[in-house]
Amino acid sequence: MTDAARYRTLLAVLGLLVAVLFALSLTVGPAAIAFGDSIKALFSGKGDAIALIMREIRLPRALLGLMIGATLGLSGAALQGYLRNPLAEPSLIGVSASASLGAVLAIYSGLTVVFPLALPLSALLAAMVAVVVVQALAGRRSNTLTIILAGVAVSSLAGAMTSLALNLSPNPFAALEIMFWMLGSLTDRSMTHVWLAAPFMLAGWMLLLMLGRALDALTLGADTATSMGIDMRRVQQLAVLGTASSVGAATAVAGAIGFVGLVVPHLLRPLVGARPSRLLPASALGGAAVVLAADILVRLVAPGRDLKLGVLTAIVGAPFFLWLVYRERRRLA
Amino acid sequence: MAMRANRAAISRNGVSAKSRNLGLLLAAGCIFLATGDASAAEVPKRVVSMNVCTDQMAILVAGDGQLHSVSYLANDPATSALVDVARKLLVNHGQAEEVFLMQPDLVLAGSYTTRATVGLLRKLGIPVEEFQPETSFDDVRTNLKRMGDILGRRERAEALVAELDRKLAEAKQRSHPNITVATYYANSYTSGAGTLIDAVVVASGLTNLAAKLGLSGTQQLPLELLVMAKPDLLVDSEARYATPALAQQTFVHPAYRALSEQSGRVSVPAKYTICGAPFTATAVEMLTEAAGPSGSGQAEGAQP
Repeated sequence: MTDAARYRTLLAVLGLLVAVLFALSLTVGPAAIAFGDSIKALFSGKGDAIALIMREIRLPRALLGLMIGATLGLSGAALQGYLRNPLAEPSLIGVSASASLGAVLAIYSGLTVVFPLALPLSALLAAMVAVVVVQALAGRRSNTLTIILAGVAVSSLAGAMTSLALNLSPNPFAALEIMFWMLGSLTDRSMTHVWLAAPFMLAGWMLLLMLGRALDALTLGADTATSMGIDMRRVQQLAVLGTASSVGAATAVAGAIGFVGLVVPHLLRPLVGARPSRLLPASALGGAAVVLAADILVRLVAPGRDLKLGVLTAIVGAPFFLWLVYRERRRLA
Repeated sequence: MAMRANRAAISRNGVSAKSRNLGLLLAAGCIFLATGDASAAEVPKRVVSMNVCTDQMAILVAGDGQLHSVSYLANDPATSALVDVARKLLVNHGQAEEVFLMQPDLVLAGSYTTRATVGLLRKLGIPVEEFQPETSFDDVRTNLKRMGDILGRRERAEALVAELDRKLAEAKQRSHPNITVATYYANSYTSGAGTLIDAVVVASGLTNLAAKLGLSGTQQLPLELLVMAKPDLLVDSEARYATPALAQQTFVHPAYRALSEQSGRVSVPAKYTICGAPFTATAVEMLTEAAGPSGSGQAEGAQP
């Protein structure tokens, strides 16, 4: 099998996996509805209870799982390629936590009541600040250690500010919602959230997917890439804006979901021949599969407990992260 | 608010001094006077309440000037049905130091809140009476009568119990047992069997969905299950806060909106159902009214 054919097969398998998980996600929930009934209700459009549940509760949940997963996988792969750093990932470098802060400020100040678009915009802005700050702190050489340290600092600050904003809110429920913003959840999200976030996520994906050729060139080093005619300023703009827009919108509606953007590109990299341009679409599909699977699991493992998505992704992701750090240390030694 | 009440109380006593020592001295004087002439009946003269439910019960039962201070929650229109009276009283925050400085001859407290404060006050020799939260109308009657005995106002307490019974009897005549009611609060919580709200629903002659589903206590009911159960009437609490939170997003969820359009919705302010008292009958009246004289289950949709 040729290289290209293998790649096409991989994409097809991942696509099929996502489709199956999407369908499964539609059929899992507290209300016991038979598989046939649920799919029929989804398309029939009659106003009964099952149709209401399928269209207004489960469909937005599955759609958001798909889109947020794709966002996290794609942005993880793009950041790792752009920063040339195996540990780069939206949540580890503080982008998710900052987007959370932006969303929290917009929601709990009451701004989103008068201007709904303030939610994704504010998250986008905060995410953008985080990417730029981490990049500036890490410097041109983009050393692994400095990026992670800068990410820890940005994450901690954004997390603390989020918790401060929620604790200062006069609404007695606000302080309990710190969990949602730190760990993420898709419970009872609605089509409103889908419409609010989708345009920003799609725009972000477009920008990130345009990075493919530049990231391939960057594997040879920044200087070589420049000599090959890659405009590094444009690459930076695409990476920063694409990540901020997609991750900002994803976080604004579902909270910060960690480690997906770290694990997925690493798992898929050997399968695409380590070419960043091929890793991008594969990671998007892989991320979607992972988040959909995690969201199905939270409903099966602890029904009625509203387990947060980030709990599951961290259980898988954190040991993986430790293993990466260990491997990195050996390589540096 | 606390400051204003404090100042008002001080000026009522004709004292403008800010010094805590003078206040203490004065309070001590009051205590001395109180114990001096009350030894015969042993009726408390200077009662401080630290729980929003004992606050309101004491406001209803106590005689003129008998109740000295209530908790800050009694002044919050979201949690208290008797804000108008509570505003005229001193405010406390359930802290041992401030309550002790008020030199009460009796402290009223809830049996689950401010535990450390209750222990400390007892150590300092101040009598504390604790009240269990009411989860049924029998609890309300028991607590009212006990409050009457403690405050030496048995007759007033019995009048209040009679008023409650009269209102409940009126509601019973308009019974609609075929109408299923679902209570739905922030974060998808509902009230099942063994809660005061379940007692309110039962007293309204309606069927509580959560109890029918086998839920007891206050539990989460996923939105999906609520939609599947198709209640005849949705009941939420009218809770407005200065800023929004995700907890209230359920109420604007398209599925919830569609359901409330089909079934009708009524808002029963939480202040009537947090504590059991004669005013809890207002919640019963709101429910029977929403269920309608014809038993159609259609209600005017009020905003959450």
